[in-house]
Amino acid sequence: MSTPAITLDGLTKDYAVGFWRPRPHRALDQVSLEVATGEVLGYLGPNGAGKTTTLKLLMQLIYPTAGTAEILGCPAGDVDASLRLGYLPELPYFYDNLSAEELLIYFGGLFGLSTADARERATTLLDRVGLGAARHQRLRRYSKGMLQRVGIAQALVNDPEVVFLDEPMSGLDPVGRRDMRELIRQLGAEGRTVFFSSHILSDAEALCSRVAIMARGKLIATGRIADLAFEVRGWELVVSGASADDVRALGLEESTREVDGRQVIELAIDQPPDRILPELARHGAQVVSLTPRHESLEDYFMRVVSQPGEAS
Amino acid sequence: MAIIGRIAVHVFKESVRDKVLYNLVLFAVLLIAASYLIGQLTAGQDVKIIKDLGLAATQIFGLFIAVFIGIGLVSKEVERRSIYSLLSKPIRRHELILGKYAGLVLTLAVNVVVMAATLYLVLGYMSWVESEEFKATWLRPAADPAMLPAIFLVFAQLALVTALALFFSTFSSPILSAVLTFGLYVVGHFNADLRNFESVVDSTAAAYLARALYYALPSLAPFDVKAAVVHGEPVTFGYVAMTTGYGAAYVAALLLAAVFIFSRRDFK
Repeated sequence: MSTPAITLDGLTKDYAVGFWRPRPHRALDQVSLEVATGEVLGYLGPNGAGKTTTLKLLMQLIYPTAGTAEILGCPAGDVDASLRLGYLPELPYFYDNLSAEELLIYFGGLFGLSTADARERATTLLDRVGLGAARHQRLRRYSKGMLQRVGIAQALVNDPEVVFLDEPMSGLDPVGRRDMRELIRQLGAEGRTVFFSSHILSDAEALCSRVAIMARGKLIATGRIADLAFEVRGWELVVSGASADDVRALGLEESTREVDGRQVIELAIDQPPDRILPELARHGAQVVSLTPRHESLEDYFMRVVSQPGEAS
Repeated sequence: MAIIGRIAVHVFKESVRDKVLYNLVLFAVLLIAASYLIGQLTAGQDVKIIKDLGLAATQIFGLFIAVFIGIGLVSKEVERRSIYSLLSKPIRRHELILGKYAGLVLTLAVNVVVMAATLYLVLGYMSWVESEEFKATWLRPAADPAMLPAIFLVFAQLALVTALALFFSTFSSPILSAVLTFGLYVVGHFNADLRNFESVVDSTAAAYLARALYYALPSLAPFDVKAAVVHGEPVTFGYVAMTTGYGAAYVAALLLAAVFIFSRRDFK
């Protein structure tokens, strides 16, 4: 088997907490994980689970208390690894007085690109992230969402094999989130290894071949989302051809809204669809879609953490 | 080396775009112009006053640039979290420190050259408009090349102050760094008094402590030869070389310590 793109082995980080008598606080506890080349991995967990700590250890912005992190077979922080990776920090911030293009030329230069090559690369990347028109504007005038896009562009300036994205969806509006999802999908399709963190399960559902789930500094589960036994908390049922009165007759008016002439019905866990569907069919309704609503990541953690051993 | 150069150029570009820098240069220019006006009012002493004021202004404005930009070189990157993306690039932490330092020294060099050129222009103009009899009362010619060693030593001193500011900013807050740097700047001018402390106190321990401090703290007074130059006393090449050598050694030690601390830091 070829070398994994990313290997974490017993990675542990303690922070000293308290000024007078500092005590160690374990932010990351014995995390071991391998990410294969070309894999898109969602690194999920609620806030404070240790996601950003892991990414900072991989970038060697902080040093581990124990354990090792390797990227493409090189120890984290090694210049040989840095040459082949891209990193988007959480809520990125750059230099107020530079334009997006100048920032990319500066960073491109750090990878040894000539100014002309870096400028060409900057143009391509800024167009790709939708900032082509704003490329000469100083970054101080950029919105949070635009900075996030610049952050992605700078992470790709060296055409990296492995891309690390820390909460790439945060601070983005719905259009931005859609663009970001599409971009991550493309990065995966281009054969790059993508390691992205998020505290929102649905961000990962459509994108990842595999997820790793963190809670309180520990890795509690890895695998495909479908295999991870997220509890179903209800369903979203969309039907057409039924009127509001039909739905009311079933006693569901509280949980129903009409969208584009269709009835969208939120079913709770004690209202299984197999009981409701025949009723609706009798009223002439056709099912457009039926989607299970999974528990949130937070609920999952609460459940798994309180009952160890249940996670697969 | 290429990486250090690129970081240095970036620092230079950033400080040039920082409006503060333009203001400081403008202030220096205005002050030199004001000194010219004072010179008009003081018969016979005008050239000396203008040289004094011009050199002092160069030093003070340089000092403000060195301290206020110096303390922000690293801490601003950390505070604004731009260091996260920067350090993920293929650079080593010592290259970051050295590049930042080189960039600010380059900025200072350009500033000192601009201020010195302005001073020479003002003095050259005075020389041009004055009568030969009046010029005969001057101790030294107006645009005196003997000022160059003094200007160079001002620059060398600023390079040392920059290293101090950068060193402090690798482990303390910007405000504390500024206070410590300014504090050492003042202490550095009176450092020589510590050397002969034993003639003032009886305690041997206190004398040893004073002697240790004398060697540890930077000696900045030797860099200040403004008065000598203005009064026409010669400053030898050997003196300039010795003082510069001392400055370079002190800068090297500070940068080494800064790299040592910075390389071990966690950026939480």
